[in-house]
Amino acid sequence: MPLQSLDIIRRSATTTPAPEIRHSYAGTVAKLIDTSKCIGCKACQVACMEWNDLRDEIGTNVGVYDNPPDLTPQSWTVMRFAEYENPKGDLEWLIRKDGCMHCADPGCLKACPAPGAIVQYANGIVDFQEENCIGCGYCVTACPFDVPRISKRDHKAYKCTLCSDRVAVGLEPACIKACPTGALVFGTKEDMQQHAAERVEDLKSRGFEQAGLYDPQGVGGTHVMYVLHHADQPQLYSGLAPDPHISLLVRAWKGRTKPLALTLMALTALAGFFHFVRVGRNEVGASDEAAAEKRS
Amino acid sequence: MSDPERRDSLVRYSANVRTNHWLNALGFILAALSGLALFHPALFWFSNLFGGGPWTRILHPFIGLFAVLVFLVLAAAVWEDNRMRPADWQWVRQWRDVVNNREDRLPEVGRYNAGQKLLFLVIVVGMVGLLLSGIVIWRAYFSLYFPVGVVRLASLVHAVCAFALICTILIHIYAAFWVKGSVDAMVRGTVTPGWAWKHHRAWFRQITHAAHPRTGPD
Repeated sequence: MPLQSLDIIRRSATTTPAPEIRHSYAGTVAKLIDTSKCIGCKACQVACMEWNDLRDEIGTNVGVYDNPPDLTPQSWTVMRFAEYENPKGDLEWLIRKDGCMHCADPGCLKACPAPGAIVQYANGIVDFQEENCIGCGYCVTACPFDVPRISKRDHKAYKCTLCSDRVAVGLEPACIKACPTGALVFGTKEDMQQHAAERVEDLKSRGFEQAGLYDPQGVGGTHVMYVLHHADQPQLYSGLAPDPHISLLVRAWKGRTKPLALTLMALTALAGFFHFVRVGRNEVGASDEAAAEKRS
Repeated sequence: MSDPERRDSLVRYSANVRTNHWLNALGFILAALSGLALFHPALFWFSNLFGGGPWTRILHPFIGLFAVLVFLVLAAAVWEDNRMRPADWQWVRQWRDVVNNREDRLPEVGRYNAGQKLLFLVIVVGMVGLLLSGIVIWRAYFSLYFPVGVVRLASLVHAVCAFALICTILIHIYAAFWVKGSVDAMVRGTVTPGWAWKHHRAWFRQITHAAHPRTGPD
């Protein structure tokens, strides 16, 4: 067999188990982004480009440090810079590395209609398999974080892979390796939570009373987490969702309603067949023809 | 069928209407199959009929547009004859007589019966819903102009309309088989006088210039 994964715990548009014999016994992985340590140098962006061999188009300055100004099919992570004036009147520069959050309950995977175009590995990474992607954009519709981008060139969806290729062979993601301040760390989710707890404690001791870990439970927790100085107001960080979850509309569209609707359609067809069997066809008799003949 | 005595003398559907109807059928079936491929994984293999997943994604909206366009022509042609009238609700209330072939107990029916009219109504509403929501979720050209909440709503609306429409068309297809002579009417264009008398008596009287309706069962 060619190189393959045996640790796929969820596979899009698939109703039977994917190959999942290989578990992640060491626990799931997580990237921790400590916004309080980030200096906005964008080394992570560069490392991401380099490792993944991506080169975005050279854009134009939009008046802020965000460059490129948004995630693109070529830029799977971008630094977002927010200027926040706190109640004391001081300016805080809140810098957030944006990208896929690798939700435990991924909306993209739930919405994807193409078998195997999105998978979730036992270690928690949510990965797009572009060779199976049909380009419908349902992942974009369902994502609570507005992350996937469809390429204009090949009409496939792209996003951060959490360097699944590197992690699979025991390396840390490229962005982690490049970070000069230790704002990015990678390990088991448990270790990252512990590390975050220490960071939060430190931040609280330095006056950030509302410091905390961003690991939103609305999407089952995420495998990319933030340490925020203002965990009570995630939206300060360039619109980070305070309570992300898969939209009710998406759940109604992609949940149990689908098999139910399929069953009802099949039953409609079946009802016709049994009407035919029980009642039979409505046929014109000789008396009808005679009656019509008489009156025409 | 080959009875030389049989006179299929009444024209029910002109060649233009028949052509248009079967273009509708073609468009609807292709749109439904390509859409169902993306509706549920159990039907993803329908995408093979269209050249694979990406081709299904590319073709489906264009097929849908084709279906809407040919339906516009059909809808314009039959709109007036399909307006619900008071007698139609009596027909609906007697649905048990309808499904049990006790047609003699029903009020006289004009060119279309209440079932056909309601079918038409569902198709009109479904087509409008599918068109509007379909434009919003057409990722390659239009989705970027709409906020994500609208795209999500449109995705749901599209699926609901498609579901309702497919169920409705399944009923339509069965009913055409059930009421013998209907398929012939839409293929060859004509019906026998007896068919018109039995199923669409008011229409029969109208086109044969018969005198005022008689009362009592015949």
